[in-house]
Amino acid sequence: MNARIVIADEAVAPVIPGTAPAREYRPAARSAGMSDRGIAWLFIAPTIVLLLAVNIFPLIWTIRMSFTNFKANMGWLKVRNVGIDNYIDILTDADLWSGMQTTAHFVFWSILFEVLLGFGLALLVNRRFRGHSFWTTIILLPMMLSPAVVGNFWTFLFQPQAGLFNYAVSFFSGIPPSSFQMIGDVRLAPWTIVLVDTWMWTPYVMLICLAGLRSIPDSIYEAAEVDRASTWRTFWSVTLPMVMPFLMLAVLFRAIENFKMFDMVNLLTNGGPGALTETVSITLKRAAFEKWRTGWSSALAIILFLAVFGAANIYVKALNKVKQR
Amino acid sequence: MSNTMTAHSVVEASAWTKWIAGTLVVVYALVMITPLLWIFLTSFKTSQDAIAYPPKVFSELSLEGYCNLFTIRSHQTQEFMAALPPPDGYCARIAREQNMVIAGPSKTPGRLMNSLVIGFGSTFLAVFIGTLAAYALSRFKVPLKDDLMFFILSTRFMPPIAVAIPIYLMFRQAGLLDSYLGMILLYTSVNVSLAVWLLKGFIDEIPREYEEAALVDGYTRLQAFVKTVLPQATTGIAATAVFCLIFSWNEYAFAVLLTSGNAQTMPPFIPFIIGEGGQDWPAVAAATTLFVIPILVFTVLLRKHLLRGITFGAVRK
Repeated sequence: MNARIVIADEAVAPVIPGTAPAREYRPAARSAGMSDRGIAWLFIAPTIVLLLAVNIFPLIWTIRMSFTNFKANMGWLKVRNVGIDNYIDILTDADLWSGMQTTAHFVFWSILFEVLLGFGLALLVNRRFRGHSFWTTIILLPMMLSPAVVGNFWTFLFQPQAGLFNYAVSFFSGIPPSSFQMIGDVRLAPWTIVLVDTWMWTPYVMLICLAGLRSIPDSIYEAAEVDRASTWRTFWSVTLPMVMPFLMLAVLFRAIENFKMFDMVNLLTNGGPGALTETVSITLKRAAFEKWRTGWSSALAIILFLAVFGAANIYVKALNKVKQR
Repeated sequence: MSNTMTAHSVVEASAWTKWIAGTLVVVYALVMITPLLWIFLTSFKTSQDAIAYPPKVFSELSLEGYCNLFTIRSHQTQEFMAALPPPDGYCARIAREQNMVIAGPSKTPGRLMNSLVIGFGSTFLAVFIGTLAAYALSRFKVPLKDDLMFFILSTRFMPPIAVAIPIYLMFRQAGLLDSYLGMILLYTSVNVSLAVWLLKGFIDEIPREYEEAALVDGYTRLQAFVKTVLPQATTGIAATAVFCLIFSWNEYAFAVLLTSGNAQTMPPFIPFIIGEGGQDWPAVAAATTLFVIPILVFTVLLRKHLLRGITFGAVRK
């Protein structure tokens, strides 16, 4: 931070002292170019136009399609308005609710493990032992990878006979490595996606918690020490409350991302066995691009969007409350 | 002296707790990095060693995976094989040992090229228009600024598959399916929201006084932007660019639904590198290794800005 300001000083310093023979301040100078207002709009316009074209226009199209029985692979069929039938159909579809439960299971457990492990790790790293920044960087690597590639290579590690994961489990527990299948087994598969997600995203929670821990001024701990607060007490009444906004932010981001999760799960289990790990994103892909129920899947897309949007809004409000305390 | 000791015990961990914390963290890091190391090792194994039981940590070093990744091989009759001149080169020899000949280059270089073109193209565009928007949002009074920022962020709330449905139809209509232009536009629109949020944070931190001094000196707004703000924002722009590049490089959902050949990038391609009887694991591992190395390098370079990048600039150090 300091370093950057210093660089900035060097870069601009010659201008500041008015090395040019003191010119008077001329607001009119700006009119030589464009007005600030003109520049503001000129600068913002490309972003807005792009987002309107690639996000908002498609969104409106999706809304329109969601009230029809349109099938994208059969363009010749007459498109019929079906009113809110798609929405009623989705909200009363038992399969879809079980998909929602799958997603909830995935989101809940992966975030729980990530928070526990991530927060714990952050506390440890914050001890600033020798080499902590090197090991932190190592720990961070999984979260930068492509979720699709991660899902793909974990199928290799989960192979019942030759896979490293099964071998490691068998090595430490004595269970034969080919006696269980992380991906094919009905009981294990829902936990497999949780496991891989936790592997990948614990560093994310750790990094944000670490920022929270480092934001706590030393003076507060010193005050707690003066008050003879126990370590435990200090943790509950100083550390945890002060890290809470950061932790909640991490949970918010993870919850949104995991609710939308598609790539990792698609390549790891592809929703299987059966539909046991079929998160809503995979349901949506199957409906839209395999069964080509475009109208129906548009309605589902809108419902998902509203759910994420609504939840995020409520959550951000809660976050602001915690911050103000 | 005793005072400093007390302060020390509160803020600075004792040698003993440091040692415990360090050990736990190192153990965690080693366990968690193993899957990745295993993939790297697998890329240098023969196809038999890759699926050997018990798993082989050290095996005969082989570049079979890399050879298979970049070539197409075909089986030939005994007579044909016998009549061939001796193999030229390492990969040809490996193929010959398996009673195959190299039939030509594989699709891999093309897919890598697609990833690079689409990655750099969308990054350049997103950072370019993102910098402009971020500057305007940072410095000028823009009506409904907060709503605008939230709108820019909210485009990220859509599940990619949900966006892909209308985009698929739009691209089909416009002939943009499986094209560079389509993918670059799409990735730019996803990246631009990240770019605006990150860059606004970086530009907010540049003191306004410099520009004001430049304006007093008779620079126009545009000149002030180019000559004082941009040079100071270089680090931020570079960090933002790397985040955009990583996103485009890693993206799978849009790529798998909207491309099939011409513009297919690496992530949807890697899982379909198949040999005889399923995925050719040494080749998949080789592809994964080549694909992941740039990301690892960038992660190390970026480590100071990672926190900002992954939280849309919401958390800064």
